[in-house]
Amino acid sequence: MSTNAAALGKQRTPVRPARILLHTFLVVTALAWLAPLLWAVFAALRPYSETSTKGYVSWPDKLSLDNFKNAFEQSDMLHYFGNTLIIAVPAVLITLLLSSMVAFYVSRFDFRLNIFLLLVFTAGNLLPQQVIITPLYRMYLLIDLPGITVSGKLYDSALGLVLIHVAFQSGFCAFVLSNYMRMLPHELTEAALVDGASVWRMYWQIVLPLCKPAMAALATLLSIWIYNDFFWAIVLISTGENMPITSALNNLSGQYFTDPNLIAAGALLTAIPTLIVYFVLQRQFVSGLTLGANKG
Amino acid sequence: MSIDATKTREAAAMPPPGTASTKKRVPQGHKRLLTRRDRITLGFMAGVPTVLHVALVWVTALASIALAFTSWDGIGFSSIKWVGLDNFKQLFTDNPQFWPAVEHNIIWFVVLIAVPTPLGLFLAVQLDKKIRFSRVYQTAFFLPVVVSLAVTGFVWQLVYNPDTGLINSLIGANKPGHYIDWIGDPHLNLWAVLIAASWRHTGYMMILYLAGLKGVDPSLREASSLDGANEWQTFKNVIFPTLRPTNTVVLVVTIIEALRAFDLVFVFNKGAQGTELLSILITNNIIGESSRIGYGSAIAVVLLVISLAVIIPYLIATFRKERRA
Repeated sequence: MSTNAAALGKQRTPVRPARILLHTFLVVTALAWLAPLLWAVFAALRPYSETSTKGYVSWPDKLSLDNFKNAFEQSDMLHYFGNTLIIAVPAVLITLLLSSMVAFYVSRFDFRLNIFLLLVFTAGNLLPQQVIITPLYRMYLLIDLPGITVSGKLYDSALGLVLIHVAFQSGFCAFVLSNYMRMLPHELTEAALVDGASVWRMYWQIVLPLCKPAMAALATLLSIWIYNDFFWAIVLISTGENMPITSALNNLSGQYFTDPNLIAAGALLTAIPTLIVYFVLQRQFVSGLTLGANKG
Repeated sequence: MSIDATKTREAAAMPPPGTASTKKRVPQGHKRLLTRRDRITLGFMAGVPTVLHVALVWVTALASIALAFTSWDGIGFSSIKWVGLDNFKQLFTDNPQFWPAVEHNIIWFVVLIAVPTPLGLFLAVQLDKKIRFSRVYQTAFFLPVVVSLAVTGFVWQLVYNPDTGLINSLIGANKPGHYIDWIGDPHLNLWAVLIAASWRHTGYMMILYLAGLKGVDPSLREASSLDGANEWQTFKNVIFPTLRPTNTVVLVVTIIEALRAFDLVFVFNKGAQGTELLSILITNNIIGESSRIGYGSAIAVVLLVISLAVIIPYLIATFRKERRA
């Protein structure tokens, strides 16, 4: 049937004028879509001295990477990238571990509370973050962790951010993974059970390896979401030095960046890691998004 | 959409841990095969994530509800006072920012559903035609979804800036006396932010619809073209009706995006004058100077109620369908 459809599609292609029109439309729209980003690149490549006299819409005399270099050095961006790394890496790994355990539980064993449990997780993930922030903020201020975090509290610590990311995102991942695990043949785990394998072994050595494609897709999505987080960091981190890169940018733009060209360079630098992840793992990213299309 | 997993009933019928005293189902099949240790392991596997999620998400959501009926300055628990419905009364009648915020959240939703959603669907239909360079076009439309909203905010400021921005430079409004202050003008700034938000939302909708279109049975199209239907008729009568599950997801996603909207506005102008949103009002209550916790929580409860009114029916319908499958 699909070969039929493909053959039919091939026969229909020679409607040339329509195709040319379509491509023209798509090229124009795509360029318009990229315009804000291209404009930022253009501004970032030009020195402030030039744009301040000639204006921004003008033919460039000189294009250089100086703004990128200055933005990177002046604002100590490496430090903020480091902050993001120590939050995002554990958060992604722990989220995948915990949510796959819940998913395993609800998808391979028929407990009466399963649906309810999954509902609790999924609904929690769909809530706007601001609904829970006030008590969460107070709770983080109350929890003392002397010696464990630099601030001595859960507030203003990388640990605090990791925890909330894990709690929040595991709702989505548990939902996606449980659907995925449900599609695995039951004979696999049944045979293992009959052979006397422990539940942990079934999870760790049989089910989890089979979930690799879904896990890869989720890992890509999670890294981009957690990297891009702005809200939790803005509210739960008070020391500018401790901020991850996206929210630090908000501070930096006032403190160090004096001209729009430098801000453009800083913003673009911040976007680079997500763009790399996207271009390298495009397929995983897109399949992840549609795996759980109910993500808000 | 992704929820068409065929659920085969697992034979293991075991009560959830901790409810051993409640009436058990007829033990059958695998129950005997699960050792005590297995049950403890399972308890941990489900318990640890659940405790973390419930403690940080649901307990705090309930705490928001409780705090909404109190007045508290945040300094010591002794200053918590029960005030009943006062916060809500004040919110609905006195706060000059509340109703505009509600209105802006609604406008946000209406704009997202009216502009980028059909546009995303249109682009998806075009890109689904097996044309050349489809991947390149997809990437162009999709990049805004990958870049963080905060960064998007900075990029769009470069477009909207009164004297150095792209728009004013192009239309010659970047000279003193001619300024159009896209971000500062309370009549313009909401629309300016919404253009940036729509820019991002279109790519997201396109991907969801592309995935939906992949699921359309090719023989349907074939049959329709054999019947002599043109492209528009085929879309209207054959393709669009089969996209119903995708449309539901799109609707829910869009409502939630509209309720969650925050980053863009915060980076633009912190929600001052003309761009107030419920999420911004709550946040300003925490990181701003005034710490009126009960009052901020009352706004959070409004947001919670609206969100749950959308989320719960949607999830129940989804899970019910899954159970039937």
